[in-house]
Amino acid sequence: MTMLQVKNLEIAFKTPDGIVRAVNNLSYTLEKGQTLGIVGESGAGKSQSAFAILGLLAHNAQVKGSIQFDGQEIIGQSETALNKIRANKIGIIFQDPMTSLNPYMKISDQMTEVLELHKGMSQKDALQESIRMLDAVRIPEAANRVTMYPHEFSGGMRQRVMIAMSLLCKPSLLIADEPTTALDVTVQAQIMQLLKDLQEEFHMAIILITHDLGIVAGSCDKTLVMYGGRLMEYGKTRELFNTPTHPYTKGLMSAIPRLDQHTEELTTIPGNPPNLLRLPDGCPFCERCKVAEDRCVSQLPAVEVFASDRERACHKSVEEVA
Amino acid sequence: MLNFIIRRVAVAIPTVLILILISFVLMHSAPGGPFTNERNLPEAVMKNIEAKYDLDKPAWQQFFIYLGNVAQGDFGPSFRYRDYTVNELIATSFPRSAYIGLWSFFFVVVIGISVGIWAALRQNKWQDYTVMTAAMTGVVFPNFVLAPLLVLIFAVELRWLPGGGWEGGQIEYIIMPIIAMATSYIAQVARITRGSMIETMHSPFIRTARAKGLPWRKIILKHALKPALIPVVSYLGPAFVGIITGSVIVDQVFSTGGIGQHFVNGAINRDYSLILGVTILVGVLTIIFNAIVDILYTYLDPRVRY
Amino acid sequence: MLFSSKDKKVAALAESLEGVQGRSLWQDAWRRFLTHKAAVASLFVLGCLMLFSAFGQHLSPWDFEQIDWSALANIEEKGRPSIENGHYFGLDPVGRDLYQRTIQGSRISLMVGFMGAFVAVFIGTIYGAIAGYIGGRVDSIMMRTLEVLSAFPFMFLVIVLMAVFGRNVLLIFVAIGAVSWLSMARIVRGQTLSLKRKEYIEAAVAIGVKPFTIVIRHIVPNVLGVVIVYATLLVPEMILFESFISFLGLGVSEPHTSWGALISEGAGNMRTAPWTLIYPMAFLVVTLFCFNFLGDGLRDALDPKDR
Repeated sequence: MTMLQVKNLEIAFKTPDGIVRAVNNLSYTLEKGQTLGIVGESGAGKSQSAFAILGLLAHNAQVKGSIQFDGQEIIGQSETALNKIRANKIGIIFQDPMTSLNPYMKISDQMTEVLELHKGMSQKDALQESIRMLDAVRIPEAANRVTMYPHEFSGGMRQRVMIAMSLLCKPSLLIADEPTTALDVTVQAQIMQLLKDLQEEFHMAIILITHDLGIVAGSCDKTLVMYGGRLMEYGKTRELFNTPTHPYTKGLMSAIPRLDQHTEELTTIPGNPPNLLRLPDGCPFCERCKVAEDRCVSQLPAVEVFASDRERACHKSVEEVA
Repeated sequence: MLNFIIRRVAVAIPTVLILILISFVLMHSAPGGPFTNERNLPEAVMKNIEAKYDLDKPAWQQFFIYLGNVAQGDFGPSFRYRDYTVNELIATSFPRSAYIGLWSFFFVVVIGISVGIWAALRQNKWQDYTVMTAAMTGVVFPNFVLAPLLVLIFAVELRWLPGGGWEGGQIEYIIMPIIAMATSYIAQVARITRGSMIETMHSPFIRTARAKGLPWRKIILKHALKPALIPVVSYLGPAFVGIITGSVIVDQVFSTGGIGQHFVNGAINRDYSLILGVTILVGVLTIIFNAIVDILYTYLDPRVRY
Repeated sequence: MLFSSKDKKVAALAESLEGVQGRSLWQDAWRRFLTHKAAVASLFVLGCLMLFSAFGQHLSPWDFEQIDWSALANIEEKGRPSIENGHYFGLDPVGRDLYQRTIQGSRISLMVGFMGAFVAVFIGTIYGAIAGYIGGRVDSIMMRTLEVLSAFPFMFLVIVLMAVFGRNVLLIFVAIGAVSWLSMARIVRGQTLSLKRKEYIEAAVAIGVKPFTIVIRHIVPNVLGVVIVYATLLVPEMILFESFISFLGLGVSEPHTSWGALISEGAGNMRTAPWTLIYPMAFLVVTLFCFNFLGDGLRDALDPKDR
C-alpha cells in the first residue's frame, strides 16, 4: 500500500547569489513498512527533499509539485495542519545529535512535550512513556538519565535519545537524515541495527538519507540515487547494486573499496558536484561522466521506467552503460 | 556554589585594592593639591588644613591610613564640602541615582527585550526595519544630546514638566531623567536581543522543535528564549551598574543630585576623598554584578560549570 | 571526434562556472559587502566627510579662531547661518565661524576615534593573540588580569585623568584607547584559541612550519575579519566617549574643539541660537550612524558564521 507519494517535486532557494535549484522534478513512492535509501553526494538535494515532507524548509524556499502522505497533500498546508503530522505521524532524526537536541533543556522536558502535545498525556504519564522509550533504544539506567542534559551524553547515546524522541508517538514514517554520519564507525553499526529492530517493532517505513552505500546495501529495500537535485537511478537495492544502469551509480559502486579485490588505489569519480546556482541545461552529471556525449550537455535525459520498479535518467542505453 | 562564591570574592579583594591604589596614585601624582587654588591662605592655616586631612604625611602612609578607614566603611571627610563626610554625600546622592536607575533598568529590560524579540520574529519585514532603524537612532543619539533636547521640548516649550530638580523623586521630576537614561540602553538591548534571537532561531535544535509539531509560541517560549537571552544577560550585568550609579550627564542636565554629579565636581575640584569613594563604590558594584551575571549564566546554560 | 566536441562544451561550461567557484574569501566578502546597501552608502558618506574635514576649510573665508566683531554684539540676529557673509553654519556664541569650528571639531573627533580605536586594536590583538596562541599557564594569568581590569570603572578613571592632568588631545586618545582594548583582547584570544585547534594549523605544525610563520600566514589572516569588524564598531564608541568627556568640559581645550565640545556649547545656547547645537549634532549623529551601519555590513560580509 502506498503511504508516501512524491510527484514532480521542485525545491528552489532564493539567495542573494541567485536561485539555487536544490531539487528538480523528483518523483518516488514509498510503501508501508518499507525502507527507502536516498543516496548522493553532499548537495545532491537529499536532505532538502526529505525536509519538504515535513514542511521544514527554510523560509526562502519555493516548493512545487506534490507530496501526498496517506492520501493527504502536504505542500501548501498550514503550519497548524503540518503540526498535527509532525512527530505524530512522521518522525525525523537529524545528522548531528549534539546540535539537534536543545542543549538548554533536560532530556525529560524535550521528550515529554511531544507526548503532552500529540497524545494529551499528563506530565507524569509522559515521563513514564519517555523512560520506556529510552529503554527501547537501549539507554542504560534510562530512569536516572532522563533528567540529564544532552551534553552529559556521548555522541552515540545522544543519537539514541534523538531516535527515542522521534519514535515517541509511534509514527508510521521515520525520516533518518544521515543518522550515523557524525558518529564513530562502531557506533554507526549499533545505531543501524537499532533502527532495524525498531522498524520491525513499530512497523514503520523509513527513508534513510545517506552518502554511505554500505549502509544502504545493508538496510534498504529500495534505493534512489540522486545527483544535482535530480533522480539518476531508482530500483530494488539488490538489483541496483548488482546491475547499475547509470554511469553515476557505476562510478559510486566502483568507488567502494572492496575487501575481496586487491587494488592499490581507491577509484574516485573525478571532478566536483555541480554548482546548483548554474546547473547545465543537460544532465547534471555530464561534466564528470566518462561516456557523456554532445546531447548530454545540452539535453536533459528523461526519467524512464525500463523494468518493473526500475527507473533511470540517461541518454545512453542500458547496454551502452554496462 | 559556595566554592564559586568564595573564589569570586578571592578575586574581588585584590581587584578592589588595585583599584584604590591606582586611583590614589593617580591623584597624588597630579601637580597641585586640593587646596592650591584657595587664595592666599596663610602658611599656618594651610599647614593646619593639610594636617587635618593627613596631607602632611608621606603618600604611602596616607594610603594605609585611608585603606584602614575604608575597611571600616569610612571614606573620610570631603575636601570640598567641608561640613560633609563622603559617606554622607554618598548616602544622599546614591539612593537618588539608584531610584532613577532601577526604573530605567526596568524599562530597559521590558521594552528592550520584547522589542528585540518582536523584530527578530519579523526579520527583514518592514516592522523589523522600522524598529531597528529606531534602535540605531537610539544608539547613535547620545544622552548628552537627548537630555538637553528633552528639556527644550518638555520643559521650555511645552511646559509639561519641570526642567530639573529632585523634590523627593516625584514622578514629574524623574520622567525625563529616566527617558534620557534608558533610551540608548533600550536600543542596545533591542539590537542584541534581535541578533541573538535570529541566530537561535536558525539553530538545528529549533528545527527539531518544529519537527515535533510544536506551535510557534511554544517554540519561542520554551526553546528559543533562554539561549537567546544569554548574550543579553552578559550585556545587562555591567549595564546595570552603569544605570544604577547614575549617568553623569543625567545628573548634570537635570540637577537630580545623583552620584554622577559628585563625581564630576569631585574630579574638577580635586576632592580626593570624594572621587575615591565614588570610584570604590562603583568598582565594588561592578564586581558584584559581574559575579551575579556569572551565577545567572550557570542557571541559563547547563553546560557552564562554576 | 565525437568526444572532443563534447569536451569543448564541457570546458566552456566549466569556464562559465569559474567566476562562481574560483572566488577567494576576501573577494567573496567584498561582494557580500556590496549587497549591503546601507553599509556601502555609509562608506561613501564617511569618505565625503573625511574629505570635507580635510579640505573644507578652503571653502570659507573665515578662520576657526577668528572672531567676527561685526556680528558679535547681536549673534541671535547676525549670527544666523547665511551664504552671503560666508558663515555657512552661522556663528558660535563668542562670534567665531561655526563652519570652520565644525571642521576643526570633525578633525579632532575623527582623529580621536581612529587613533583610539587603533590603540585599542593594537594592544588588544597582540594581547589576545599571545594569550590564545601560547595558552596554558600564560593564558590563564593573562585572562585573570583581564578579568581584574574589566571590573574597573574606567570611565571614571578617564575623567579623573582628564581633570587631574589637564586636557591634552594626545592624552585623550591614549587614555580612551588604552581602556577599550579589553573586549578586543578577549575576542582575538577566543578566535586564536579555536583556530589553533583547526586541522590545517595542526598540519602546518606537523610539517615543521615555524610558529612565527604560522601566526603570520594562518592565524592573522583568519583573525583579521573579526578585528576589522570590531575596529569599525570601536571608532564610533571612541568618538562618543570623547564627545562625552568634552561635553563635561574635560576634553579638548580652547581654541581647539570637538563635536562634543561644540554640542556642549550649543546645548547652553539652544534657545537663542539653535544652529549652534544642530550643526555639530548632525555631524556627530550622521557619523555614528554611518560607522554603525558600516560595522553591520562588514560583520555580515566577514563573519564566518554566515558563510
